Amino acid sequence: MNNTKDKEQHSTKRFLKLSGLEPLVITPESNFVNVGERTNVAGSKKFLRLIKEEKFEEALDIAREQVEGGAQIIDVNMDDGLIDGKEVMVKFLNLIVAEPDIARVPIMIDSSKWEIIEAGLQVVQGKCVVNSISLKEGEKEFIHHAKLIRRYGAAVIVMAFDEVGQADNYERRLEITKRSYDILVNKVGFPPEDIIFDLNIFPVATGMDEHKLNALDFIKATAWVKENLPFCSVSGGVSNVSFSFRGNNPVREAMHSVFLYHAIKAGMNIGIVNPSMLEVYDDIPKDLLERVEDVILNRRDDATERLLEFAETVIGKEKENKVDLSWREEPLQNRITRALVKGIDQYVVEDVEAARLSVKAPIEVIEGHLMTGMNVVGDLFQSGKMFLPQVVKSARVMKKAVAYLLPFIEEEKLKNPQPEGSSSSAGKILMATVKGDVHDIGKNIVSVVLACNNYEIVDLGVMVPPEKIINAAREENVDIIGLSGLITPSLDEMVFLAKEMERQNFTVPLLIGGATTSKAHTAVKIDPQYKSAVVHVNDASRAVTVVGDLLQKEASQKYKENIKLDYADFRKKFLNRGKHKEYLTLEAARKNKYQMDWSKAGIVKPKTLGIQMIEDFDFRELEPYIDWSPFFRSWELHGKYPDILKDEVVGKQATELFDDAKAMLKKILDGKLFQAKAIFGLFPANTVNDDDILLQHNGKEFTFRTLRQQAKKYVGKPNFALSDFIAPEASGLQDYIGCFCVSTGFGTDELADSYRKNLDDYNSIMVKALADRFAEAFAEYLHREVRINHWGYAVDEGLSNEELIKESYKGIRPAPGYPACPDHLEKLTLWELLEVKEKIGVELTDSLAMWPAASVSGYYFGNEEARYFGVGKIKEDQVADFAARKGMPVEEATRWLSPNIADD
Amino acid sequence: MKKIQDVLKERILVLDGAMGTMLQRHKYTEEDFRGERFKDWEHPLQGNNDLLSLTQPEAIAEVHRLYFAAGADIVETNTFSSTTIAMADYHMEDLVYELNYESAKIAKAVAEEFTAREPNKPRFVAGSIGPTNKTASMSPDVNDPGFRGVSFDELRVAYKQQVEALLDGGADILLVETVFDTLNAKAALFAIEEVKEERNIDVPIMISGTITDASGRTLSGQTAEAFLISISHIPILSVGFNCALGASQLVPHLEVLSAKTEHAVSAHPNAGLPNAFGEYDETPEEMAMQIKEYAEKSLVNIVGGCCGTTPEHIKAMADIVKHYSPRTLNTLEAHNV
Repeated sequence: MNNTKDKEQHSTKRFLKLSGLEPLVITPESNFVNVGERTNVAGSKKFLRLIKEEKFEEALDIAREQVEGGAQIIDVNMDDGLIDGKEVMVKFLNLIVAEPDIARVPIMIDSSKWEIIEAGLQVVQGKCVVNSISLKEGEKEFIHHAKLIRRYGAAVIVMAFDEVGQADNYERRLEITKRSYDILVNKVGFPPEDIIFDLNIFPVATGMDEHKLNALDFIKATAWVKENLPFCSVSGGVSNVSFSFRGNNPVREAMHSVFLYHAIKAGMNIGIVNPSMLEVYDDIPKDLLERVEDVILNRRDDATERLLEFAETVIGKEKENKVDLSWREEPLQNRITRALVKGIDQYVVEDVEAARLSVKAPIEVIEGHLMTGMNVVGDLFQSGKMFLPQVVKSARVMKKAVAYLLPFIEEEKLKNPQPEGSSSSAGKILMATVKGDVHDIGKNIVSVVLACNNYEIVDLGVMVPPEKIINAAREENVDIIGLSGLITPSLDEMVFLAKEMERQNFTVPLLIGGATTSKAHTAVKIDPQYKSAVVHVNDASRAVTVVGDLLQKEASQKYKENIKLDYADFRKKFLNRGKHKEYLTLEAARKNKYQMDWSKAGIVKPKTLGIQMIEDFDFRELEPYIDWSPFFRSWELHGKYPDILKDEVVGKQATELFDDAKAMLKKILDGKLFQAKAIFGLFPANTVNDDDILLQHNGKEFTFRTLRQQAKKYVGKPNFALSDFIAPEASGLQDYIGCFCVSTGFGTDELADSYRKNLDDYNSIMVKALADRFAEAFAEYLHREVRINHWGYAVDEGLSNEELIKESYKGIRPAPGYPACPDHLEKLTLWELLEVKEKIGVELTDSLAMWPAASVSGYYFGNEEARYFGVGKIKEDQVADFAARKGMPVEEATRWLSPNIADD
Repeated sequence: MKKIQDVLKERILVLDGAMGTMLQRHKYTEEDFRGERFKDWEHPLQGNNDLLSLTQPEAIAEVHRLYFAAGADIVETNTFSSTTIAMADYHMEDLVYELNYESAKIAKAVAEEFTAREPNKPRFVAGSIGPTNKTASMSPDVNDPGFRGVSFDELRVAYKQQVEALLDGGADILLVETVFDTLNAKAALFAIEEVKEERNIDVPIMISGTITDASGRTLSGQTAEAFLISISHIPILSVGFNCALGASQLVPHLEVLSAKTEHAVSAHPNAGLPNAFGEYDETPEEMAMQIKEYAEKSLVNIVGGCCGTTPEHIKAMADIVKHYSPRTLNTLEAHNV
């Protein structure tokens, strides 16, 4: 044998190893493992309600939020008398498994019923944790279940419980865990590293003497288990310990932290903890800490009384703060900081004036007092303790303060001219919405937040042509260029700009953002065009971090290199992944079209054919049609309305924002500040040549070209195109189609600008966000009117707003540029047909975005079987076919359709 | 006969190559597949390779013979699809016991022939247990992600039947292979444990997953390490990867297994990646050079071939690995106190 490589024998350590799609290996060095507990019907009322109402999508969102929030394992519990636990457990786990961003972590299958646990074990491929088994029903059953758990390949939580009852003191915990361990390890052959003991956390400070040792006994027993039952883990549900202080969160949070601090030191390594109910141990006020530790560690006889007494003052203080103005008595810097953090502009001029009088040059107030305050805002925002609307309000206060100071600064400059380039800003950033695109809410938000962080913003507005961006960047000598866009053609504009910047030897970093952008597109299409850093940034808080890293003097070079490598790597992975998708030829896809039985289609002839217009529409009618969830999303508050108002994390902030929105709404409605216009038409139409819809109006013919799904489908699943929902000419049936354009954008810009001029970005963004919601609401309203009155195929329809948002009515209203018809070009036909520009004044930009931005246009399909779908990626054969049908060069069609063309 | 556990300590063992590639050479017609016995079967049978164990048993035995002669220590039974679930396509669910039993018998007879001739090199039969054509973790319907085409229990029952017949027919080892969905494999392992307990026997188990593509994951989405953790609850002989990738693409994933498992590591890759015509064209020499890298890095204890490999490939591998000592097994930390 010539194998010279020396081979030492390695030892595989006994660690608790779990898996979802990815491994979770828990070693003695691992940090405390936090188990997500919201997907538990016994612990979360919201989750229970969603499961009862079979709103599985939203229930999945809860699981996803937990994983995104850092839960390393998620606990799933369906034990509730009113639901079929076994069926729902299986259903929910099956859905989780289909979501890779959730399924990457291991699952804890939690039930008191064995049949539910076993059903769960049968549907998860990874190594789960069973929660739980115990000796409660005797040894025989304990062994039987342990054997099966082993055979299914799961770890197990063993409760400190036996035939006599639950272990509630130190000795009983030892007795039961030792006995359980011996049975599992020696009789069943269960590996000790797969055993997790739940040593029962009970409340302390209940006023009963026998509960005094509850926490301490747990902690001591934990230490004993770790010492004497090697390789086992210890866990528990932490919130129990503070049960007697329900309603007093400051005390509860302190109790949880203190308890965990000591339990983790003793060896507790896994637990169910609500992270929002946890105070940082070091941040607990000394007097509270001392009293809580007295209770947890049972250090004094009167510990409970002392904590109770103290707890009352903690509640009292909280209440006081809300009403008084005592902060006005505090030192100047504290007042300014507070005004910025809380977004109170009432006193800021007064305070800034006081600050100005205290310093030599007025600029020092900005660099000193105001920046100190804004740094606090920045830190709180980055650590997730402040939310976007609050930050935008802070910016409003900041702008007001700076505006007050500016005349003094100018005066100072005249007296003492400063050397060139002695700007105090942290960096200069150009922001622009690219040519052909009109959407700027996101861009404005990012601008405001960056400005809050002391960056100077050069905002070029919307529809900015590339040469203007390049020139401004050069003239202003900016440090970073940020591009934004919402519609798909904007993606190409960004690619073009990156190329142009490279050609003109730019080196400043390029930021890419906006709803249609993605890390994938940035990495694959934009990054290769530009040698310097290109970063995709889609939310305001990340923008601050990224810009900070990019402009940091010492480390930025390294950071930029890493970004380049990261995107190159991402690109490689993405391209490799994409190759495996299979596509049909267009011909084959057409053969597999959606087959409707036209003989049973029940086509209804519209009551009124032709075009109608609505002008000066009363906005009040639209209010009930508003879908508020996207409104909150535009402020980076995530959650569904109205639940979001009661959300544990963002509820308070969402409620505040909602109140402000309602106030603005009233102002808009009372003052008739917006104008709404709509035009729509219903026409005889038929599908011709598979994918075209031919319609007649006033003796003229118009054709809409639809795109067909080309990805290979499972057997029995059709390749959809919108034309499938209109009867083909060959059927001999006369079918119908509708088209519409609504706008609520008239007046929006004027109003938004007036706020902006008053340094009020908060309300300026608010106005635009509301206009967008109104446009959608108007589209929804008009669709209903069409269904019930004008077309009249759904005369007896009566749907609530929620049902509308869920789109549970008959018929669809897909919009060009959206997934079912991703090509924007059909808007040109629509404009020609309805004479949109001439009649109601909504225009199309070079990239076919609608102007004003708060507009919606689309088609009406009335057939019951019409549904929304995504065309997805298409192949070159369809591009060529589409070009031929449109009578345009293939290159031009390729340019318009490029976001939808499959890469390989 | 020496136990396989002992032979594994002495040298790198060689598994056989592809069965399908060898059978294709015969260009069997529908009639050949049917033979006399199934000439009136109501459904087409061409392509049902496992059926050839009943209708062309001599051809199957000949393939085993060629692989043993090329230097293989282990051959796989011709039973990759012999479960009620996979045989449903041919309406041959009722023949599953016979298919497995006869396939194991054919392979065992050839193995015994060779062991008798070369007692110092015992030959083994591994009962091949494929993934079936259904998956327990993924929905076949994109519009209904919660739906499943097959349940754990259906898989468990089908696998149990296959395992019993393979053991009755003389299989020495059970090889759960081409695992693209770990949940299917867990059902197979569950079934094997049941049979072991009911018959009070022990039988070596090999398990071999499939990393589908450059993403480095199984079709059901697991990384190599997550896959390893998910199947480590059963006492197994070896864990490894086969199919989908060529030998060179498998290296990083074998490195993960080799570092993290206390069991033997196996690899039976394809003869490279398929070319534009879906054919595998890595030559025996090319493939053997890759296998040499495994041996030099001490990554494996068992090597062999999957799609596109032939007795020539296996001979080239066997000639290389005999010069190397096998990977030393890691030991699991003791827990007795």
